[in-house]
Amino acid sequence: MKKIEAIIREERLEAVKKALEESSYFGMTVSQVSGRGKQKGILLQWRVGEYRVDLLPKLKIELVVLDEDVPAAIDAIVRNARTGEIGDGKIFVLPVEGVVRVRTGDRDKNAV
Amino acid sequence: MSVNAGDTAWLLVSSALVMLMTPGVALFYGGMVRRKNTLSTIMMSFVCLGLVGLLWVLYGYSLSFGADNGGFIGGLNFAGLMNVGQEPSSVYATTVPHLAFMIFQAMFAIITVALITGAVVERMKFGALLVFSALWLTVVYCPVAHWVWGSGWLARLGALDFAGGSVVHLNAGVSALALVMLLGRRRGFPGEPMEPNNIPLVVLGAGLLWFGWFGFNAGSALTSGGLASSAFVATNTAAATAAFTWMILSWLHRRPTLLGTATGAVAGLATVTPAAGFVTPLAGIPIGIGAAIACYYAMMLFKMKLSFDDSLDVFAVHGVGGMLGMLSVGIFASLAVNPAGANGLVYGGGMQVLKQLAAIGAVGGFAFTATWLLGKLVDVALGLRVGQREETVGLDLSQHGERAYGGLLQ
Repeated sequence: MKKIEAIIREERLEAVKKALEESSYFGMTVSQVSGRGKQKGILLQWRVGEYRVDLLPKLKIELVVLDEDVPAAIDAIVRNARTGEIGDGKIFVLPVEGVVRVRTGDRDKNAV
Repeated sequence: MSVNAGDTAWLLVSSALVMLMTPGVALFYGGMVRRKNTLSTIMMSFVCLGLVGLLWVLYGYSLSFGADNGGFIGGLNFAGLMNVGQEPSSVYATTVPHLAFMIFQAMFAIITVALITGAVVERMKFGALLVFSALWLTVVYCPVAHWVWGSGWLARLGALDFAGGSVVHLNAGVSALALVMLLGRRRGFPGEPMEPNNIPLVVLGAGLLWFGWFGFNAGSALTSGGLASSAFVATNTAAATAAFTWMILSWLHRRPTLLGTATGAVAGLATVTPAAGFVTPLAGIPIGIGAAIACYYAMMLFKMKLSFDDSLDVFAVHGVGGMLGMLSVGIFASLAVNPAGANGLVYGGGMQVLKQLAAIGAVGGFAFTATWLLGKLVDVALGLRVGQREETVGLDLSQHGERAYGGLLQ
């Protein structure tokens, strides 16, 4: 089992969600995060002039899938989160030691 | 003189309108600071309703409007509202109860102190601010109000200030400047981003200010007839023009910002204040354009070029706006609008500009010097600034033990 953590642009969430759903990945956790990468922030305007904010709002999607499903899930995210501009985000894949479904107590593969 | 019902109704309503401007300025300022200082910024303004509202009835009104002492300050004949009752005063606003005029003036004193706080937010110690505010009201506001409105020397000279371009705006703006020189910059300024925590709050505050300003300016007619109406329209015209002009300036720079548009409205309102009841309603247009351009570039110079940390631009908006407004009286005033006024340059009166300049120099010079000395005194006695850790944690927690946006999970 692997956990996929994808940092994406806020405005790409709906498309990414839909693509994952079409590949039968329903479960996910989405959180609002701030971060920075090569995009290096944006300029905002004050009453006059402007200032740079270097932490930008992004969304983090977390989902846990079976090992064999990792390439398909990543593919769905990349295809739909990409705009080609700097700031499209990043995907991390992490090993997962165990999963428990709280309602039934099911474990691991049965709980993913 | 007998009490006029219409005048009294309008002046009492105007007093309430001006009262609402202080929570208005509290929100206007409170939305512009970083989130950790939201409440402390709002508190700095809001507490003036308590502090100044009390001192005003005890002695502030008397020092400002009591029997004249050499043109400089009022006597104590109105202290504790002695001789201030339901009958009209024989000198001020002679068609309304003296108490109505007194409470109208109270609201001006309150908001003037509140305006200054925008310069010192995010780093001034709350206790020191309270002591400074009480001293400032006594030593700076009361004398200046007396000079201009309380039959003091500037009034006798013939300087005109309809609703407080010198007494309120120039006074607050220049005092802000002096206080910032003593206090220094916020930690991290310039360089670290200082993002406004809530621009909708800023706009709510600006809206309350605009609304209350009708009481401020049209109420300053002290009667409910044609002059109040004329001042009302001049006020709205200047605010509208300045808001729109600032939006254009912001757009020419990059994008038309809401923060800039709201700031423009306030700059227009501050600038038209001394002129509102002396100029024609349409004079609000050049006054509004001038206000937006002058305050915009003053802000650009002070904040961006010189990195002078007048945090919420009190000098650039109220100091510069107040000066420009006082000058505009000397240019656009018309005896046809207000027979108690004068003719400005465009109506062939050349002298008025000089009188206005005298008022600007006197009020500006006095406010700067006296504020600097008072600030120094408070600094030596109590310290003006919070400690480094208190400042980085934020003044909401360190000064007041509360926070604006709590309840993250529940």
